[in-house]
Amino acid sequence: MAYKTIVEDGIDILVVGAGLGGTGAAWEARFWGQDKKIVIAEKANIDRSGAVAQGLYAINCYMGTRWGENNPEDHVRYARIDLMGLVREDLLFDMARHVDSTVHQFEEWGLPIMKDPKTGRYLREGRWQIMIHGESYKPIVAEAAKKSADKVFNRICVTHLLMDDSKPNRVAGAVGFNVRTGNYHVFKSKTVICGAGGASNIFKPRSVGEGSGRTWYAPWSSASAYGLMIDAGAKMTQMENRIVLARFKDGYGPVGAYFLHLKTYTQNCLGEEYESKWFPALQQMVGKEYLDPEASHLTHRPIPTCLRNHCIIQEVNAGRGPIHMVTMRAFQDPHLEEVGWENFLGMTVGQAVLWAATDVDPKNENPELTTSEPYVMGSHATGSGAWCSGPEDISPPEYFWGYNRMTTVEGLFGAGDAVGGTPHAFSSGSFTEGRLAAKAACKYIDDGKAEGIVVSDEQIRRRKAEVYKPLEHYKTYRNAIVAGDVNPHYINPKQGLDRLQKLMDEYCAGMTVNYMTNEKLLNIGLKKLKIMEEDLENLAAENIHELLRAWELKHRHRAAECVTQHTLFRKETRWPGYYYRGDAMKVDDENWHVLTVSRRDPQTGEYTMEKAPCYHLVADEE
Amino acid sequence: MPTFVYMTRCDGCGHCVDICPSDIMHIDETYRRAYNIEPNMCWECYSCVKACPQHAIDVRGYADFAPLGHSVRVHRDEEKGTIAWRIKFRNGTEKNFLSPITTKPWGTAIPKLADAPGPSKEMRDSQLLYNEPKWIRMDDGGLRTLEDAGLKLKKGVYY
Repeated sequence: MAYKTIVEDGIDILVVGAGLGGTGAAWEARFWGQDKKIVIAEKANIDRSGAVAQGLYAINCYMGTRWGENNPEDHVRYARIDLMGLVREDLLFDMARHVDSTVHQFEEWGLPIMKDPKTGRYLREGRWQIMIHGESYKPIVAEAAKKSADKVFNRICVTHLLMDDSKPNRVAGAVGFNVRTGNYHVFKSKTVICGAGGASNIFKPRSVGEGSGRTWYAPWSSASAYGLMIDAGAKMTQMENRIVLARFKDGYGPVGAYFLHLKTYTQNCLGEEYESKWFPALQQMVGKEYLDPEASHLTHRPIPTCLRNHCIIQEVNAGRGPIHMVTMRAFQDPHLEEVGWENFLGMTVGQAVLWAATDVDPKNENPELTTSEPYVMGSHATGSGAWCSGPEDISPPEYFWGYNRMTTVEGLFGAGDAVGGTPHAFSSGSFTEGRLAAKAACKYIDDGKAEGIVVSDEQIRRRKAEVYKPLEHYKTYRNAIVAGDVNPHYINPKQGLDRLQKLMDEYCAGMTVNYMTNEKLLNIGLKKLKIMEEDLENLAAENIHELLRAWELKHRHRAAECVTQHTLFRKETRWPGYYYRGDAMKVDDENWHVLTVSRRDPQTGEYTMEKAPCYHLVADEE
Repeated sequence: MPTFVYMTRCDGCGHCVDICPSDIMHIDETYRRAYNIEPNMCWECYSCVKACPQHAIDVRGYADFAPLGHSVRVHRDEEKGTIAWRIKFRNGTEKNFLSPITTKPWGTAIPKLADAPGPSKEMRDSQLLYNEPKWIRMDDGGLRTLEDAGLKLKKGVYY
């Protein structure tokens, strides 16, 4: 094989994936480990990588304790109700108590945060959201990460984590290849902080051609956070808790600022309010504890995101679509109109492109909304990810094993989408989680937990052969056919992605089946995923770019399998509007007020499922 | 769509190749100029458009739902710290927007933590992060604990 093997040895902290979580980790690690070797391995270029590559117009997680606006526990309660009760409240409390210091640093670094001219405080979009001019959010935090890291390796697609050959279940670094040179990169490290991304594109998207790139979550979010950690044997949690987004049709432009700041609202095709008429039946499904419109009205308690989706889905199925966002009133105010447009230009330019193309001016007409295909991630209104330890001073015994944000694999930490049970972290919370993981990783090393790690040459060689197999496979069988992509010996990454999306859609509650599944369908889905795994051994890559897509597909496939296992395990419909278990259409608190935890045995490929207790913040005197 | 490159403007410098988060801007071997090799993996994130010194890259909305005849152009200026947008509708309507992208000259306001005074043992043993507790509330307040909040974590079904 012509590709060189390049070994980076003696790393203390390896950050895999430098989006908001990874940049936070690299930045903070330097403070706690001033003499430590900190290295970043990133699939793209850290100046524009991850979910925030194109910018953000809001920071969606800021407490404002300096002005007495909120306390961390208020945010925990908010995330808890939005996720229908099931979150890791220790991790959420911990993130929320630190997040303001992160945001204040961003401002110090030059991130333009809008101010309320009357109070001088950050301009609120909603209770938790503040508005920013965030076109350069990512370049700014990347600059901070670069100031702290010893080395940044851009364009490295990390394919596997390395494991210690002397002690089971301990991480030892990572391997991958350079998507430009093709060279094989080996990173030997005492700890790994996984800041890789969640999953777009594992479910069939609504758009059929070019537009399938206009995913809600970035198309480069290839489930690598999950693929890498599951393959290393880390336990995962809440992987069934996929998210469906109600967004502007086709462009998937954000609606947060529209609802919260511009005070726009939705109606059906007849111009009617439609949500409340679905509430009585929905309350039968989920119980008054989770849907209490009167209490929500009085106390500003949110109606959970999934339940609002449910109303849209029901209304459209009843024949009264499309759902419109009523913008015409707000957009008569020139300032609000400017906010509405800049909101897209700052984070979803494609929506502005689409409205320009279709002559939609929200001043003159009310644009359409739709519900998206499902996504799997851990930092928006959903909390999929690894089962991680919480902080020492907060976490109960079941949630604590020594080091904050450490997964069940020793020395492997997570941040952002990688950490499970922590929804509503968004950009600032993910960066904060990276900081927490970095401090803990330094402590882990200083405590001597990373002594005596051995990585055998055999492991490095074995992974190398695996990494390049799709290229070899292509070379071997390409000439069996005259030309084209139809070959009985292999499938290419695009063909594989199409298959994955179709089967996840049809068997695991995608958009074409109205987000519906059941035990029978899920079992068929698992069978097909197993067969697909065999076919992934016959994946062919014509060049290095296709090799990148091949490994993204393998990570997506592994995440999809885990999602399906979890969806099968949880025999209830906890989040109507995200997905439905047709054979268990109600919330079942008696049996399922728990967090689901899985582990895939890396040797056998078998999954073990368990229920972990859900702990809630309750008043001391109770 | 998504991004495409004007033949007469591109000089093949490769800035777009270097920045594209999706690895889809590549240099064509015959023409020595950049092009989008995989439009269905383009997010229309505009990273390459903003990075192009020649303004050679533009976006044509996704063919499966965006009609022709529109444009959204951008000029990002790090020196001035601004980003300027011009939206042209299919029907000819035009809208212009200008926003700041930073409040400080690039890279000047971020400290090098290798040179910062290192943490004390006491701080290492605490739950504090860099610059805390000061930077949480910008006053003398401390880090929030469950005791402060009068709360505890309890197993079971609570709402």
